[in-house]
Amino acid sequence: MMQQISILLVVLPLLAAPITALVRGKNLAWLITFVLTVVCFGISLWILMDVTTGRVIHYELGGWQPPWGIVYTIDSLNALVALIVSGIAAATMLYAPRSVEKEIPDHLIPMFYAMFQLCLLGLLGIALTGDVFNLFVFLEISSLSSYALISLGKNRKALFASFNYLILGTIGATFFLLGVGMLYAASGSLNMADIQTRFAEFENLQLVSTALMFIVVGIALKAAVFPLHSWLPASYSYAPSTVSIFLAATATKVAVYALIRCLFDVFPMQYWLEMLPTIMITLGSVAVIYGSVRAIQQTGMRRLLAYSSVAQIGYMIIGIGLINESGMTSTLLHLFNHALMKAALFMVAGIYLLRANSTELDDLYGLGKDMPYAFSAMVIAGLSLIGVPGTVGFISKWYLLEGAMQTDHWGVVIVILVGSILAIAYVWKLVEALYFAAPQKPRVQNVDSGSDTIAKSPMLMLVATWLIVIANIYFGIDTELSLGAASDAVRSLLGTGA
Amino acid sequence: MMDYIIGHINYWLIIAVMMVGMFTLMSRTNMIKKLAGLSIFQTAVILFYVSLGKVEDGTAPIVAEGFSTYSNPLPQVLMLTAIVVGVATTAVGFALVIRIKEAYNTIEEDEIRELDAKS
Repeated sequence: MMQQISILLVVLPLLAAPITALVRGKNLAWLITFVLTVVCFGISLWILMDVTTGRVIHYELGGWQPPWGIVYTIDSLNALVALIVSGIAAATMLYAPRSVEKEIPDHLIPMFYAMFQLCLLGLLGIALTGDVFNLFVFLEISSLSSYALISLGKNRKALFASFNYLILGTIGATFFLLGVGMLYAASGSLNMADIQTRFAEFENLQLVSTALMFIVVGIALKAAVFPLHSWLPASYSYAPSTVSIFLAATATKVAVYALIRCLFDVFPMQYWLEMLPTIMITLGSVAVIYGSVRAIQQTGMRRLLAYSSVAQIGYMIIGIGLINESGMTSTLLHLFNHALMKAALFMVAGIYLLRANSTELDDLYGLGKDMPYAFSAMVIAGLSLIGVPGTVGFISKWYLLEGAMQTDHWGVVIVILVGSILAIAYVWKLVEALYFAAPQKPRVQNVDSGSDTIAKSPMLMLVATWLIVIANIYFGIDTELSLGAASDAVRSLLGTGA
Repeated sequence: MMDYIIGHINYWLIIAVMMVGMFTLMSRTNMIKKLAGLSIFQTAVILFYVSLGKVEDGTAPIVAEGFSTYSNPLPQVLMLTAIVVGVATTAVGFALVIRIKEAYNTIEEDEIRELDAKS
């Protein structure tokens, strides 16, 4: 039963997308997408509950036996990533209608939702598949739809950002494909589990180490690991707000997941233990400092948040590089936690974009006082980004610190502390501009007649934002679900007891 | 040494094609040319896969009398998917270039950067 349900996560969006594209009314299109994302969320939650008991779900597509056929292998890690993706998608859709109505031309709205579903399909597919070539196909499905989604931004800079992302993203995917080809030449298999079990037969071939490099660089480009992050800030800051919420919270996380999967479940850990960890810790540390410093320099809210994403991805890469249980746990937790905080922050940015028509900080001066709900949501999510106890950000940073101390990486400890201080600086910059700065422009308030869009934040947007903010606090206090799944996954990745 | 080079002639050619694509992609500022470079780069990878599956004196993998060596069909089948992906990428790329041309009235990257810096 469970096996048959797991495939629905991919099949449902695939069926719904063309239907949505044909629909005329924008409300119906939204409704289909919303129901779809909620159903996907329910299925992923169910799968996660099922696999945390230690069971692994295998689904053979078309009944073809692995290693010949494509197989979906779902353990806690897959289920956790699928849960993040579908959960954020559901929250984004709850948030979407008003914001999409404002930012997307009417006749394109059904297409927009269809594209959103395809992007969701691609990301879920990456999270579920156990076949490296299938992973490439899903990677391209999600990327192609995200290029289209980003290019729908109102500012013409969105087009250029999308084009640059297309070029870099395709180079990344092609590198990955090349790596997979070399691995296939060496192993004669595309099935992850099969390659791993027979790895000793071909590990001495030089081809295999070349394949590893191509695969790692290819995925790192998609994950925006420093120094391959140049496409990210522009894409996230000019995309429609719904798209930046969804992509910022999920796209890079799924790529980090793919990196973990390839490093631990395709190549055995011993194979790259000597060369990669040092590189990852170094690049991660540089990313944390560089991303945070660049975030402080930004004058636009969304651009600031995008650079902070670059820094947060740095933490995840450091966590992988530490190669111990706490470090890996922190990476997986941070996948989950960072999705929550960035979704909340980009949602607030979207509300400001709707109300003030801008996310440049000087246009937003003093707006926090007029919009207390959105502003306080931002403060809580910002505290979570800094890593204040009681929020999710604290949990993952705590594990990362623990991991760094256990392995005597004192440089990493310093980087984490400096990164947190810099995070305080850029979150403060937002708070200062929104709350303490004097308003620069005359604004309309308490409009009696006509449209109420300028005077009120739409209810659904606030509800969605606060749901995510509450999740930020909830999972900072009750860590059973996230930590349980993460440590379960880490144990099976590192092979330390089942 | 000579044997090694001649024996792997297909790979050398593929690397050459790949580098032509990569170089065009990185050195041009015209977006259409960039996309052309990207296509060449992708095509090189497709050629790489197809030549992987070739077995000397092998035929199409259909069981028939008189044939015992068959080429591996799997890489070719994989490439059908990759070709579709490549076509889709190029199509999305061209669509973006058209919209960029409408919005900026140029398709030169450096000119767009200048226009962006001004606004």
